[in-house]
Amino acid sequence: MSTNELEPIGVELLESNGPKVDRSRTTGTPDKFLRVDDLHVHFPTDDGMVKAVDGLTFDLEKGTTLGIVGESGSGKSVTSLAIMGLHRGSRAKVSGHIWLDGEDLLQVSDEELRSLRGRKMAMIFQDPLSSLHPYYTIGQQLTEALQVHQKVTKKQARTHVVDMLGRVGIPNPDRRFDQYPHEFSGGMRQRAMIAMALLNDPELLIADEPTTALDVTVQAQILDLMRSLQDEFGSAIIMITHDLGVVAEIADDVLVMYGGKCVEYAEVDDAFHQPDHPYTWGLMSSMPRLDRVKQERLVPVAGNPPSLINIPSGCAFNPRCAFKDASPVACDAVVPELLESYPKHDSRCHIPVPKRAELFAERVAPRL
Amino acid sequence: MSLLRVTDLKKHFPTYNQKLLRRPGAPVKAVDGLSLTLEAGETLGLVGESGCGKSTAGRTILKLLEPTGGTIEFEGRDVTHAKGEELRHLRRELQMVFQDPYGSLNPRHPIGQIIAAPFEIQKVTPPGGIKKEVQALMERVGLNPEHYNRYPHEFSGGQRQRIGVARAIALKPKLVVCDEPVSALDVSIQAQVINLLEDIQNEQNLAYVFIAHDLSVVRHISDRVMVMYLGKVMEVADRNSLYERPMHPYTQALMSAVPVPEPRRDRERILLSGDLPSPQNPPSGCVFRTRCPIATDRCAAETPIPTELEPGHIVACHYPKVREVV
Repeated sequence: MSTNELEPIGVELLESNGPKVDRSRTTGTPDKFLRVDDLHVHFPTDDGMVKAVDGLTFDLEKGTTLGIVGESGSGKSVTSLAIMGLHRGSRAKVSGHIWLDGEDLLQVSDEELRSLRGRKMAMIFQDPLSSLHPYYTIGQQLTEALQVHQKVTKKQARTHVVDMLGRVGIPNPDRRFDQYPHEFSGGMRQRAMIAMALLNDPELLIADEPTTALDVTVQAQILDLMRSLQDEFGSAIIMITHDLGVVAEIADDVLVMYGGKCVEYAEVDDAFHQPDHPYTWGLMSSMPRLDRVKQERLVPVAGNPPSLINIPSGCAFNPRCAFKDASPVACDAVVPELLESYPKHDSRCHIPVPKRAELFAERVAPRL
Repeated sequence: MSLLRVTDLKKHFPTYNQKLLRRPGAPVKAVDGLSLTLEAGETLGLVGESGCGKSTAGRTILKLLEPTGGTIEFEGRDVTHAKGEELRHLRRELQMVFQDPYGSLNPRHPIGQIIAAPFEIQKVTPPGGIKKEVQALMERVGLNPEHYNRYPHEFSGGQRQRIGVARAIALKPKLVVCDEPVSALDVSIQAQVINLLEDIQNEQNLAYVFIAHDLSVVRHISDRVMVMYLGKVMEVADRNSLYERPMHPYTQALMSAVPVPEPRRDRERILLSGDLPSPQNPPSGCVFRTRCPIATDRCAAETPIPTELEPGHIVACHYPKVREVV
């Protein structure tokens, strides 16, 4: 399939919503450490094409963290798998560019990709128990991850692995080295997964809901750990989560996904203090807050997340949007572009920017 | 008279050291001395980390598990050891909503049959017939009554949880235990189900025991909140005094760990070291002392007694001290 077929049709540009974001760079090597450029991941199925990721662009510098937020089916995990090259060999159709330090990951050979994976980029999965092999000890699994990329003796590997287990806060790492995953608690397993991801000092770390299955006290420990490891190694981190609290705590930039597309992309302060997309507003007002006296009622987003086979025409969010009356354009007919509403703050909405600011201040902010 | 009064409830699970010889080992004390009262129309939030016994407590209160000790009184009647017909009658008043909306609905039954099951089991025929009543229930929880003959797999997670709620309220019970009813749902759907539970409570004067690990959701929905750790109650108070003036170091640590959606806000964080100890071999004295930042020798020797330090605010700690963490 050529990329042309994937271009949205019937796009109109609204000048009032700010300049079109430069999303068209396809030649040359970008200067950013990671640049995902117009990424599409589509899965052909018997029921039709599932457009899990549909034109996603973002970039990330070393030493910073990008939080990707979205509900189930928004395409956030599929994006991370695409960066790791884990769709290769499946039926997924991946197009666009993923530049990592000057190399386009979608063009490199399987061989090269394998050498990048685990060394230059590593991933932490949500469920540590199903990501660890039950038949091998923690030590065996971590040693393997090290030996794939580095020529080290068994003894050196053990020293290195034990050291890393200690650094992620596992007590008695020398004894723990010889234990099996089932002997670890949930938090300890996730620490072991993080240790495995960090063994080869990766420059890019992708964490897919790393704390969702954990208790809050353990979550706090893991987030602290990731922050201090970032200070130490200067890695770039992509943190995928559905918890806005986690994003506020750890991210520098935020990307909100809906129906396979980015709907809002901003620095973390802007995203929380001046959110610019009705979906982001919906997420915020449907979340009860620990630090607030009870709001009278939560304001949920009406309806259900869209089916990716049958994405609503026009703006994918329009059937659930409570503010579409304010739009000068037919939201169910025209696909909105991702435009720069404010400096370094992009969003995908037809409602004019000043009107959006007004709606947020009058109708959304008071009930947060 | 309280709707529900639980006194010193215990649920211990036996363990066996050797499978073949069945030699009993130390029991797992999942719930060890839980006392609570609940009034009609009230919501009690039950929070704690995984393994603290909150789900076991909910199930034991409903008599899905046989209590090892203590008493359960419902509307003044002792139902601790209710069996057979008496228990079946009791279930009209006591219902449950489960965490997993996928696992708690029979995939081979259409949802009309699932929601009608309580009527059939209790041999109750509502006025107007079962089908009409089921469709009214479906409408009430926000499902299309025409979907009466559809199967659970045809519904989304949020809709399945609505089916579970419809089944639980079918017999107009007085108490519903909700065990993590929204934790499997997306954020936007979570709010829909929370609002539904609140509306039904207001209409029917239902009491909820709301079990959850999400402290923000619990603050929103509960009137009173109980914090559990390793089978024991650490602190109970009404919602606002618990969140604004927590006195137990465990409550404080738990709350300080919750991320708040406000970037660059400096909050003091009380980090707990280590993991939950095994409930088979809990620490002596105060069960929390192995992870407590302020524990002393006294905590290992003496078990703290739950004490009412302010009206309605009960704390089980030798060194209670208000500390604002939220």
